[in-house]
Amino acid sequence: MISLAGRDILHAWGKFVFTGIGLGLLIGVTLTMAGVYRGMVDDAKVLLDNSSADLWVVQKDTLGPYAESSSVYDDAWRGIRGMPGVARAANVTYLTMQVRLGARDVRAMVTGIAVDGPGTPGWPPHLVAGRQITRGHYEAVADITTGFKLDDSIRIRRNHYTVVGLTRRMVSSSGDPMVFIPLKDAQEAQFLKDNDAVRAQRRRTAANPAFNRPGAPDLLDAVTASQATNPYVNTVLVQIKPGYRPQEVAESIRRWKRLQVYDRVQMEEILVGKLIATSARQIGMFLVILAIVSAAIVAFIIYTLTLGKIREIAVLKLIGTKNRTIAGMILQQALALGAIGFVVGKITATLWAPIFPKYVLLIPRDSASGFVAVMVICVLASLIAIRAALKVDPAEAVGG
Amino acid sequence: MTNGIHIEGLTKRYGEGDTAVDALKGVDMKVAPGEVVGLIGPSGSGKSTLLKCLGAVIEPTAGRMTLGDRVIYDDGWKIRDLRELRRDRIGFVFQAPYLIPFLDVTDNVALLPMLAGVPNAEARRRALELLKALDVDHRAKAMPSQLSGGEQQRVAIARGLVNRPPVILADEPTAPLDSERALAVIRILNDMARQFETAIIVVTHDEKIIPTFRRIYHIRDGRTHEEAGEGRGFE
Repeated sequence: MISLAGRDILHAWGKFVFTGIGLGLLIGVTLTMAGVYRGMVDDAKVLLDNSSADLWVVQKDTLGPYAESSSVYDDAWRGIRGMPGVARAANVTYLTMQVRLGARDVRAMVTGIAVDGPGTPGWPPHLVAGRQITRGHYEAVADITTGFKLDDSIRIRRNHYTVVGLTRRMVSSSGDPMVFIPLKDAQEAQFLKDNDAVRAQRRRTAANPAFNRPGAPDLLDAVTASQATNPYVNTVLVQIKPGYRPQEVAESIRRWKRLQVYDRVQMEEILVGKLIATSARQIGMFLVILAIVSAAIVAFIIYTLTLGKIREIAVLKLIGTKNRTIAGMILQQALALGAIGFVVGKITATLWAPIFPKYVLLIPRDSASGFVAVMVICVLASLIAIRAALKVDPAEAVGG
Repeated sequence: MTNGIHIEGLTKRYGEGDTAVDALKGVDMKVAPGEVVGLIGPSGSGKSTLLKCLGAVIEPTAGRMTLGDRVIYDDGWKIRDLRELRRDRIGFVFQAPYLIPFLDVTDNVALLPMLAGVPNAEARRRALELLKALDVDHRAKAMPSQLSGGEQQRVAIARGLVNRPPVILADEPTAPLDSERALAVIRILNDMARQFETAIIVVTHDEKIIPTFRRIYHIRDGRTHEEAGEGRGFE
């Protein structure tokens, strides 16, 4: 038996291909939306992976440096470093801000890292050009997506930094590229006020009799000096020694240092489960809407194509074609349309994913799920047309 | 009569009670194998209803119908699979050819045997044989839209004949054709009827072809009466 669906498609291939391309673009958008979500999750995981930490020590009763602001004294790491099971501990600060290069600026997560050498928690684990930071001030390593180049002079707050290294896939959980600078500079950048604000604060302090006592002239200088420094970091990243379990080291830090400690699993849960949960739901809604729109389009197209063949269907029924054969013809056409649409959608999503400003991760499992979903939608969408075709009376082919 | 088509007392009622309409009121008809008869009558006389009953598209209310040696209807009883009956034992030729636009000429004809389970190669061989008999084999690979009206009608006739049905129902087969082509179609139907021992009923209003029938059934108000035709041109 010949394939009626195949012959019909070949006969009207232009209509099918163009309809398939239209549907494919819609499927491409759907796959891309899924890719955007996967990209967000991957960004979050990359952020954790690249920090080279087993534990994140943060301010008590906070959710850590990425989801909430956290302040930890910058000398806390020394005590943590001396605890059993801790191999390395390092201060880190995070501040998302606009980093300027000449007339343009780039949104980036400026990360302050302790200048202890490569391998220190928080450092970029690999470079694609240049070198790591070796000086205590005014050097930077930037993610390549910032668009910065080696030896560029970038401005963070009032200071200029020379880009000495470039790295790749170092992004914040919201996809902003990271710029690494020495810790002291980063602490200053977090705290730094403009000159007018500094003067106004000094005036207020000097006017306060508690700080400006006639008998203690050094007190005012001490208070003013303390206001000009920032002794806080956002987190202490900890690497543990082999043979120790992260949970037991974390428990020990919690008990003795009265700080919050998260291990990798908990931090991933915070990032994926809380930080990007709303975005994920938003994307989920888009996916549902796009699936409904796709189903409606396929249903409409197949229904219209079927209505255009009512007379032929009546003739087919009159000459003894089984309902099963006619239903199969319509179903196969719907599936063919879905297959064309999926191939076009997959190709377009793959082609335009790199153009997106944020990372779009297309994974084979999503493509497989998408293909199954498209086929299911096509089957459901063809039911209306099949119903219409089966209702056709073969008598319609006979005149009168 | 063991072959051809034979109906006795066929009635068809639409609706019930006060609104009931009797479209056929006890129609009798016999068409022998190899015979071509005309069925003529004005609009609303019951022609289409009779054609649909003969084509097993609608069921009569009462009466008996046999196709070849097989009883199809008998006072409310009917055979179970009318679809299979239409496929294997009744050929249809319509006013418009109604060829399947996405199949080429060969497959339009071969589709019926394929539906009956005949292997594709054998079905196409049968189709080509008929297309040759009808002198359209040179268009075997053409699509219906590439054929002239006469060629399309000949392909439709081939489709009606391909399963060697004992009966062919032709509904106004010459309506869109000029005199010459209309007579050619009737000549073909006569040839085919003789060659394949097929009973052919031609429903027509076409004055050009009415003189060609040897027997004619007139239908009026749901009843038929038979008269001898001139049989001109096909002696």
